[in-house]
Amino acid sequence: MAVDVAVRAGRPGVPRVLLQLGRIVLMLVFSLPILFMIVSSLKPDTQIFSDLTSLRAFLPVGHISLDNYRGVFERVPAAQFLLNSVMVSVVTVAVGIVVNSLAAFALSRMRWRGRRIVLAAIIATLIVPFETLALPLVWWVNKLPWLELNGFSLVLSDGWLDTYRVQILPFIANAFSIYLFYQFFSSIPTELDEAARVDGASWFGIYRRVVMPLSGPAVATVAILTFLPAWNSYLWPLMVVQSEAKRPVMVGIQYFFQLNVAWGQIMAYSAMITVPVLVLFVAFQRAFVNSIASSGVKG
Amino acid sequence: MASPAVVLLVVFFVVPVALAFGLAFTNARLISRRPARVVGFDNFVQLFGDPVFWASLRNTLYFAAVVVPVQAGLALVLALLVNAKVRGRNFFRTVYFLPVVTSMVVVSLLWRFIYQPDGLLNHVIRAVSFGHWQGTDWLNNPDTAMPAIIVLSIWQAVGFHMIIWLSGLQTIPPELYEAAELDGTSTWQRFRFVTWPGLLATRTFILVTITIAALSLFTQISVMTQGGPLDRTTTMVFMAVRTGYEQQQTGYAAAVSLVFFVFVLLVSAVQRFVTREKD
Amino acid sequence: MSHHRIHRRIAAAVVLVAASSGLVACSSDSSGTGASTADGVTTLKLWTHNGGNAQELAINKQVVADFNASQSKYKVDLQAFPQASYNDAVTAAAAAKKLPCVLDIDGPNVPNWAWAGYLAPLDLPEETFKDQLPSTMGKVDDKVYSFGHYDVALNMAVRKSVLTTIGVRVPTIDKPWTRTEFDAALAKLKAGGKYRYTLDLGTSGTGEWLPYAYSPLLQSFGGDLINRSDYKSAADVLNGPKAIEWATWMRSLIANGYMAQKSGADGTVDFVNGKTAIVYTGSWAADAITKKYGGDVAFVPPPDLGNGAKIGGGSWQWGLSSDCAAKDGAREYLKFSAQTKYFVEYSQKLGLIPGNTAAVDQLPNFAADGKYRVFLELAQKYAVVRPVTPAYPFISTTFQKACQDILAGGDPKKVLDKATSDIDNNIKSNGDYQF
Repeated sequence: MAVDVAVRAGRPGVPRVLLQLGRIVLMLVFSLPILFMIVSSLKPDTQIFSDLTSLRAFLPVGHISLDNYRGVFERVPAAQFLLNSVMVSVVTVAVGIVVNSLAAFALSRMRWRGRRIVLAAIIATLIVPFETLALPLVWWVNKLPWLELNGFSLVLSDGWLDTYRVQILPFIANAFSIYLFYQFFSSIPTELDEAARVDGASWFGIYRRVVMPLSGPAVATVAILTFLPAWNSYLWPLMVVQSEAKRPVMVGIQYFFQLNVAWGQIMAYSAMITVPVLVLFVAFQRAFVNSIASSGVKG
Repeated sequence: MASPAVVLLVVFFVVPVALAFGLAFTNARLISRRPARVVGFDNFVQLFGDPVFWASLRNTLYFAAVVVPVQAGLALVLALLVNAKVRGRNFFRTVYFLPVVTSMVVVSLLWRFIYQPDGLLNHVIRAVSFGHWQGTDWLNNPDTAMPAIIVLSIWQAVGFHMIIWLSGLQTIPPELYEAAELDGTSTWQRFRFVTWPGLLATRTFILVTITIAALSLFTQISVMTQGGPLDRTTTMVFMAVRTGYEQQQTGYAAAVSLVFFVFVLLVSAVQRFVTREKD
Repeated sequence: MSHHRIHRRIAAAVVLVAASSGLVACSSDSSGTGASTADGVTTLKLWTHNGGNAQELAINKQVVADFNASQSKYKVDLQAFPQASYNDAVTAAAAAKKLPCVLDIDGPNVPNWAWAGYLAPLDLPEETFKDQLPSTMGKVDDKVYSFGHYDVALNMAVRKSVLTTIGVRVPTIDKPWTRTEFDAALAKLKAGGKYRYTLDLGTSGTGEWLPYAYSPLLQSFGGDLINRSDYKSAADVLNGPKAIEWATWMRSLIANGYMAQKSGADGTVDFVNGKTAIVYTGSWAADAITKKYGGDVAFVPPPDLGNGAKIGGGSWQWGLSSDCAAKDGAREYLKFSAQTKYFVEYSQKLGLIPGNTAAVDQLPNFAADGKYRVFLELAQKYAVVRPVTPAYPFISTTFQKACQDILAGGDPKKVLDKATSDIDNNIKSNGDYQF
C-alpha cells in the first residue's frame, strides 16, 4: 500500500493538527455545495431561497418532503432518461475498452511501419474540443449509411439521428484511453509476450491471455474516465436526439426551466442523476484510486 | 488491431475536422436558401477585426494562465495531504474527488446560488467580517466574473489531478525517502530533492491535460454568464458555438474553430519547448 | 496473425451495439421526412416546445388524440422538447433535413424558416383565419405560414393601494404613464424604502425574452431593431439618438438603484412576496398575482416613453415543414386543430389571450367585463410584432448581447454601433435575404 512520502505528519515540528485542520476545511469546501444540492432537493422553492442566508442551507430542517421528487417524475420521464443514459454510457465504456486497448496493443507491442506517426496523430486529436466539431458532425453523421436488418435482409438506411448509436459510436475511439492503455502496456515486460509466442500464441492470444489480464488498473481507469463524459453528455444529444425514448439525463435538466423555474425540482433531479454516480464511485473508490495510481501516468 | 479505432477516428474526427477546415473559407450558413460560396479569407479578415474575437482570445489565455499553475499546484497540495499516513485519508480522497464525478452543468447551476448577490458566498463574507465587508454580484461584475468562473472550475476539476499526482507519488520508491531521512534532511529538502524530481513525468502529463481542458472552456460560460458581462468571460470555444449555432453563421464559426486549433497547437508547442529546456 | 478472428469479434461487437441500440425495432421509422405509412395509416410527426410544461402539453396531446380518433387515415405522433433547447433541436434537425411534418415555432422565427425553405405555406381555406388575431399569424410574402392558438401580453403589475398612498396615479389602458410620471413614481416608491427593488424588468432573463421584453421599450422611445421600410439596415433606428436615449435610461434604472442588474430567479414570486413594487411580466403570471393581492392589483401598460406605449406580440405558432411527406395529412391536422373549441381550451386552461376572437364569446374572463379582458385590450391596442424578416434570428441574438452589455454598464453608443454594424453586415452578406 501507499508509502508515507513527502509530508511526515508524525515528526516533531510539523504542525500535525494544522494539517488535519486543513484537510477538514478542504473537505467542507468540496462537499458543502453537493450537500446543499441534496438538502435543497427536500425543500420547497421558497424555503430554498430563504435558507440561503444561514447555515440552514445545509441542514434538512423546516418543511422537508419528497414532493420535489414526485414533481420530477410528473414533469419528465426520468426513469426512461436514466435507462437511456445507462445504456449509452455502459456500451460506450465496454466497447471503448475493447477498441482502444486493441489499438494501444498494436501501437505498443507490434512493430509496423508508420506506427509512431499513427500514435502521434492519435494524441494530437486530444487538442480539439468536441464543441467545435459538433456542427459539421451533425451534418456528416446524417449522410452516413447504416446497415439495418429488415426482416431477414440487410438494407442500407440513413437513420442516424435520434438513435442510441449516434450517441455512442462517435465516442468509442478515444485518444486519451488509447494513450493510457499505451502507457500501461509499455510497462508490461515483453519477455511475457515471447514466452507466450513460444507456446504458439497469436498476437490476439497475447493480447487476450497475457496483456489484458495484467491490465486491470488501466481498464478501471479508462472505464471511469470514459463513463463520466458519457453520462454527462449534453450538447451532442441536444443536437441529435429528438424523442424522449432516446434522450439522456443531462438534457432532462432543461425541462425545469419553464416560465417559473422549479428550483427544488432541479435540485431533486440533479441529485437523482448525480448520486448514483457518487455511490458507484464511493463503492469503487479504493480500487479506482489505486488503479489510477498503478496505471502509472508517466508522461 | 488498431484498425477499428483508426476507422472510428477517421469517420468521427478527421472528417468533421476536414469539413470545418473547408467551411472556414465559405459563407455557409446553418439555415439558408442560398448555396454556400467560397469566399477565400473573408471570414478571417472579419474575425481579426472583431473585438469579441480578441476578447475571447484574451479571456481564454487569462483563464489558462491562472488555472494551469493554480490547479496543478493545489492538486499537488491535496495529493500530499492525503498521501500521508493519517486516519481517514481514504475518506478525504473520496470527498475531494466528489466534484469530479458531478456534471459541470449541475455544478454550474449549484454555483449560481453561491455567487448570486444574496447568495451563500456573500452571506459567508458578511458573517466572517461581522458585516464589515460586502460581497459583490460576482458573475455580473466585470472584474469578478472570470475569477468566479476560475474558482468554480478549479473546484470541480482539481480532485482529478490530485489523483494523478498521487499516482506519481506512489511510483517513488520508499527507499529514497528512508535514505534521505538517514541523511538528516528536512521535510522541505526531501520534497525538493526526492519528491519533485520523482514527479517529472507526472508533471508533464498534468501540465498538458490541464492546459487542453482550460483552453476548451465552454460549459460553465454557457450556463452561467453567456460570455458577459461586457465580453469579460467569452472564450474561443464559446464564441465558435454561439456564432455557429445560435447565429447560424457556420462558415464564420468554422473560421473561429480553425484559428482556435492553430492557437492550441502553438500553446502546446511552446509548452513542449519550455518543458524540454528544463529537462 | 489471427486477423480473421479479431475482425469477427469486432463485427460481433458492432452487431451487439447495433442490436442493443434498438435499430432493429425502429427500422420502419427512418423514412426521414416526418411521416411514414404502414397498413394504410400514415403516421406523421409533430413537435412541440412544451416538454416539462405539463398543462400546455396536456392540451397538445388532447388535440392530437381527438384528431387521431376522428379519422383513420392519419395518425399524428407527438414529440415534446423542453423549451430551453427546442430551437437548437429544431435547427439541428433542419440542417440534417429531418424536420417533422408539423411543428410549433416561436412567432418571430417564422420568416427566417419560410425564407430558408423549411416551411411550406399552410394553404388552408381563407375563412379558417378570418377571426384570427393578427399578432398570432405568421404571414410572410403574403402567404400564411403559421398560426397560433394564443398570444400573451406583457404588462406591469402594480398595487393600487401602494400607488395611491404615495400619490401616484394608477395608469389605465387608455392613459399609460408618461415617462415623467413613471420616473417620478419610481423615485417616490424608492424613497418610501419599503421594497428591496422598486422595479423588476426581468433583467435575469436570457434568450428571446430580451428582445421580446425590451425592444418594445426601445420602440416606445422611437427606436427599433431594424428599419422596417425595407428591412435592410438597422442604422439610425438601433444606434440613433433615440436608441442611445433608451440604452442610457435602461442603465440609469440600475444606477439609480431602482432595479437589479440581475433580477431574482422568479419575478412573480418576488412581487408576490413584496420584494418589488412593480413587475414587468406576462399575462401568464396574472393568476398567481391575483391570488395574492385580489382586487388591489392592476395590470397596466408599460409607460409611454415618447412614442406611445408598446408591448411585444406573437407567441408560439404551428407550421408545416416543406419536406413533409404527407402534407395533406398535416394540413388536415392543422385545420382540425384550428377549431374554436381548442382556442377556448388553451385560453381557459392557461389563462392566455385567445388567438381567435370567435373564442371570446365562450370565455367569460375575456368578455367585456372579464378579469383578463385587459390583456386582450393590451394586445389589440399596443402589440407590435418583432420585425418580420428572415434576418430576425440574427437580429435577435445580436440584440440579446447588446441588452446584456448595456445592463452591465457598457457604453451605449459603442454597444449599439457594434450591434448595428453586425446586423447590417449579416444582411448584406445574405444578399438582403431576398426571397
